[in-house]
Parts: sequence; structure tokens; C-alpha cells
Amino acid sequence: MKAVCWMGKKKMEVQTVDDPKILNPRDCIIRVTSTAICGSDLHLYNGYVPTMEKGDILGHEFMGEVVEIGPMVKKLKVGDRVVVPFTISCGGCFHCSRQEWSCCDNTNPDTGIIEALNGFSGAALFGYSHMLGGYAGGQAQYVRVPFADVGPIKIKSNISDDKVLFLSDIFPTGYMAAENCNIEPGRSTVAVWGCGPVGQFAIRSAFLLGAAKVFAIDSVPERLRMAEEAGAHVLNDKDDDIHERLKILTGGRGPDAAIDAVGMEAHGSAYDMVKQTLKLENDRPYALRQAMRAVRKGGVLSVPGVYSGFIDKVPFGAAFGKGVTIKQGQTHTQRYLRPLLDLIEDGKIDPSFVITHRVPLSKAPEAYKTFSEKKDGCIKVVLDPTA
Amino acid sequence: MPSPDPHSPRASATLAARKGVAPSKIVVPGNQGVKVTRAVTILKPARVLYAFWRNLENLAQVIKHPVSITNRSKNESHWSVSAPPGDRRVEWDALIINDEPNKLIAWRSREGSEIANAGTVRFDPAPGNEGTEVTVTLEYLPPGGKLGALLAKFSGEEAEQQVRLTLTRFKALMEAGEIPTIEGQSVGEPQRKNNQ
Repeated sequence: MKAVCWMGKKKMEVQTVDDPKILNPRDCIIRVTSTAICGSDLHLYNGYVPTMEKGDILGHEFMGEVVEIGPMVKKLKVGDRVVVPFTISCGGCFHCSRQEWSCCDNTNPDTGIIEALNGFSGAALFGYSHMLGGYAGGQAQYVRVPFADVGPIKIKSNISDDKVLFLSDIFPTGYMAAENCNIEPGRSTVAVWGCGPVGQFAIRSAFLLGAAKVFAIDSVPERLRMAEEAGAHVLNDKDDDIHERLKILTGGRGPDAAIDAVGMEAHGSAYDMVKQTLKLENDRPYALRQAMRAVRKGGVLSVPGVYSGFIDKVPFGAAFGKGVTIKQGQTHTQRYLRPLLDLIEDGKIDPSFVITHRVPLSKAPEAYKTFSEKKDGCIKVVLDPTA
Repeated sequence: MPSPDPHSPRASATLAARKGVAPSKIVVPGNQGVKVTRAVTILKPARVLYAFWRNLENLAQVIKHPVSITNRSKNESHWSVSAPPGDRRVEWDALIINDEPNKLIAWRSREGSEIANAGTVRFDPAPGNEGTEVTVTLEYLPPGGKLGALLAKFSGEEAEQQVRLTLTRFKALMEAGEIPTIEGQSVGEPQRKNNQ
């Protein structure tokens, strides 16, 4: 089969590799019908995530048809159409029993590195480095899905791939970010840093949850336009003093909640750019610092943007001084699949709005470059695995 | 039956005999060996976890390092692992010296083993009776000499990693019904070539 392989920093290759096999009794194999490049894949592309190995197959947003099931798979059968969440969860541990799916204890085959870094290992992810499990991802024609009864959600209706594909990650991720904001319908104001795909879903999810006002912060014009279409009040990071503008726009109080949908590669701080390049700092937390300062007293800072390690000059005193609640982490994707599929089927949201580029799988390396450089109006790339 | 050990306290031998296990004996003096302790909470009742562990041959499923374990009798087993340098075999006989069903198993190597070792596994109810806290302590005495001391330092880390991996794999097998793996999955070059 064909698959997108990581071959080093800014080096992607489409290679012919062996088809996946069932390796464990709870595995299934899926023929991929649609797959996408996630903003977090760019952290891999740009070489900021350690423990990648040349030849690793990328991709954690994918869906398709079940073509083979392991002997212990009960809920799926060959021919089922499914969307697969990016978090791999066992369903039987302490965390899975609490619906904390991204904290699953049992899916990372080698927890050593991440335990040394973070103290504990969370759930393994598809195509996202060896410290997070090393599982082959779904930017491929076929993919092995472990714990097939726990993750994949069946799509019964004849609803299109475009509408349900993003249940795999960015829709639940944006939704959980908004849910974490404790929005009071008709009253709460939410500011979202980063209008990439996760930011776009966070904005729409905040409105779905009843936010009175949503402020969207970015510097890329087409991303701000897309946020504006959702009804957000947009602020251009290049022109505006974000902190002052937000203060004025919220009557001096500050937004009730701040969402950092940017993560470790924020632009705007030369200090972090230099330190990250010199490997003196893992992440560039520019958006995080701004969000931490701008959020109101007693407010919530919600962080769906990915951070990997140590960050400098975080105004923790501001968070403490204002009694800010910080909520963050990888998405407990499985928790949101059914309710969000219902919203899509009821016509409350059509997630395909975010797609700007459709590219054959064979052209994935070029698509990574376009997406990473934010060229050609690129916000979201969907790959066609048959081409 | 193991030969009687003249150094072990009579009381211990009597107790062991009454419980049907081998007599205890200090095989790793307190200040000389490498000691590793790790704990994990598993969402299964102690009796299930104990039953798996009590049949020592089962441990070959969860120990990552290739090992062969053969039960010779209820309380005696033979262990064989490959060890550096090269791929030589290190073998020993292990005796169960304490066995409290659903609570604790303790073992030690038989006198004269190349690598003297001893260990315990404890099964304690987790708070709220939500699963079982499994605590393993492993001690061993590497072969002596300067090289031995150096190896001990090195293999101290190795032993810690082995115990950690064994416990995470044991937990996965008990809770998830399988041990997660990526061995044999699809990979691109150069990994594909390296695997062949």
C-alpha cells in the first residue's frame, strides 16, 4: 500500500509499504477512504517532537471501511464504515472507566521515555512519535486500529466523509476546549488564540454552547475571515494590542475564558524562536502567555494547543493572582463522538466548512509544505488515499 | 525437596515447612545487592492477579526480556535468561519461600546460583476497593569483582526497566486482555529493510 512516511525534519515521502496485519486479538484493519493533515502533524514535520524515526507512517485523522477484524472484536464487523479517534484507549483501565480516554494506561507499548519526561504516560496516539506509542498512522491506504471496539464510531447514515472525518480529532478537540470554558449560555465571553482548524471548531463549539461573544485572534487573513463567518469578533495580532483591545471589548473585565489553540509553535516572540531553535526550550508559548494575562479574574484558561515539554517565562503569577482555572490536555475523543455525530446529523454544524485543499495522497509532501507555510490560503488539507 | 540449609533460623524452617514452602534465607545481603521496587494499580481483584502470578510460568508472557520458566514443583521453578556479554545463558532455580494466597508471594534463588536473587510481590486492595495495588521488590547480587560492581550499576538501571516493563505489561494483559505492541506493523524505509 501507499503511505506518508516521516523521513526527517521537513522531509515527507510517499512510500510503498507492506499492508498492515492484525497483530493483537482486539485489532481491526481499515481501508482508509479519507484522511487529513492535522495542525499538530506540522510539529512533527517541523521536527519539534522527539522520538520520531525515519520511516514512521503519519496521520491521526482518518476514516474508512473495516476490512478485517481480530478474534476478540465484538462490536465491529467487516464492511462497517467508521471514523477512528486519534487517541488509542483500552476501555478497561482506571482512566477509561472515568471517560478520561486520552489518559489510558494500557495502549503505549513503551512508556519509558514519556514517563521519564512527564512522570506518567497517557494514551498512545496514531502516527505521533515513539514516546506516544509509535503506532503507524492513517495517512495511508490501510491502517491497523488497535482496541477496535473502544475507539471507532460507526457511521450508518449515507452522510459524506467530509462531514464526519473531523470527528477523529479537530472537532472534538475544539469542542472539549470550549466545554472546558464553563460557558454560561447568553452571558460568557470567550477569546480564542489561533484560528487554525482547532481554533475554528473551538469558536463554533463556543457558540453551540451558548457563548454571548467569541473573540478570534490570529494574523492570517483567510483564517480571520473564516472565524468572522462563524460570527466571531476578529482581532488581528499584527495590528492590535490584543490585551488592551480585549479589555475594552469586554467592558474592562476581560474575557471569561481564554482558549490557546496555538500551542508550541506560536509566532511573535523572537526570544522563544531563538531558544527553541537552540533546543534550550521545547515550545514557544507566546499565545499562552497572552491568554494567561488577558483572561478575567476567576476565569478559565483552556489549552487544546499541543505543548511537549518545558516553557519559559510563563506568567504563572498572573494565573495565580487572578485565581485562574487551567484546563488542558489531549482530547478525550471517545467521549464526544456520539454527541457530536448527533449534532452533525441534526444539521447543527457541517464540519466540512474548514476544508480548503483536497490533494491526492501521492501529493502529501507538497501539501505539508503548503500547510506549514500557510500558503495558498491553506487551512485544512484532506488527502484522497485512492489517488 | 531442597536440601536443608544449616544457616537458616529453625523458626523460619519450621514455619516454612508448616506452610508447604521452602525455608527463607538471606541470599542478597542488605548492603550488597541491587534493589528495585515498583508498584502499579490494576483494576482486577487480588485473587485473579495472584492466581496468574502463582503459576510462575505465566510470567514469561509479561517479562519483555526473553526468558524461559519451568515449574519443577509447586514451589520450585527453573529460570533461564540470556545475558551480556554476548548471548550466554544465565540459569537458576527459584524457590517460593512465602505464599499467602491473594496477598503475597516471595521467592529466592537456590543456594549457589550464579546470580543470587530474591523478591516479593504484594497484592493490596486499592483505596475504595477499586482494584489492587501490586508492589514488586526484586533484589539480586551480581557476580563479584570490579567488573561486577560496574555491571551492577549498569544492570541496576536495566533491572529497574525490566521490572517496570513487566508490571505495565502485566497490567495491560489483565485490564485490556492483551499487551500493546507495534512489532510487525507497517513501516516505511529504512525501518522496513532493517526489520527484514
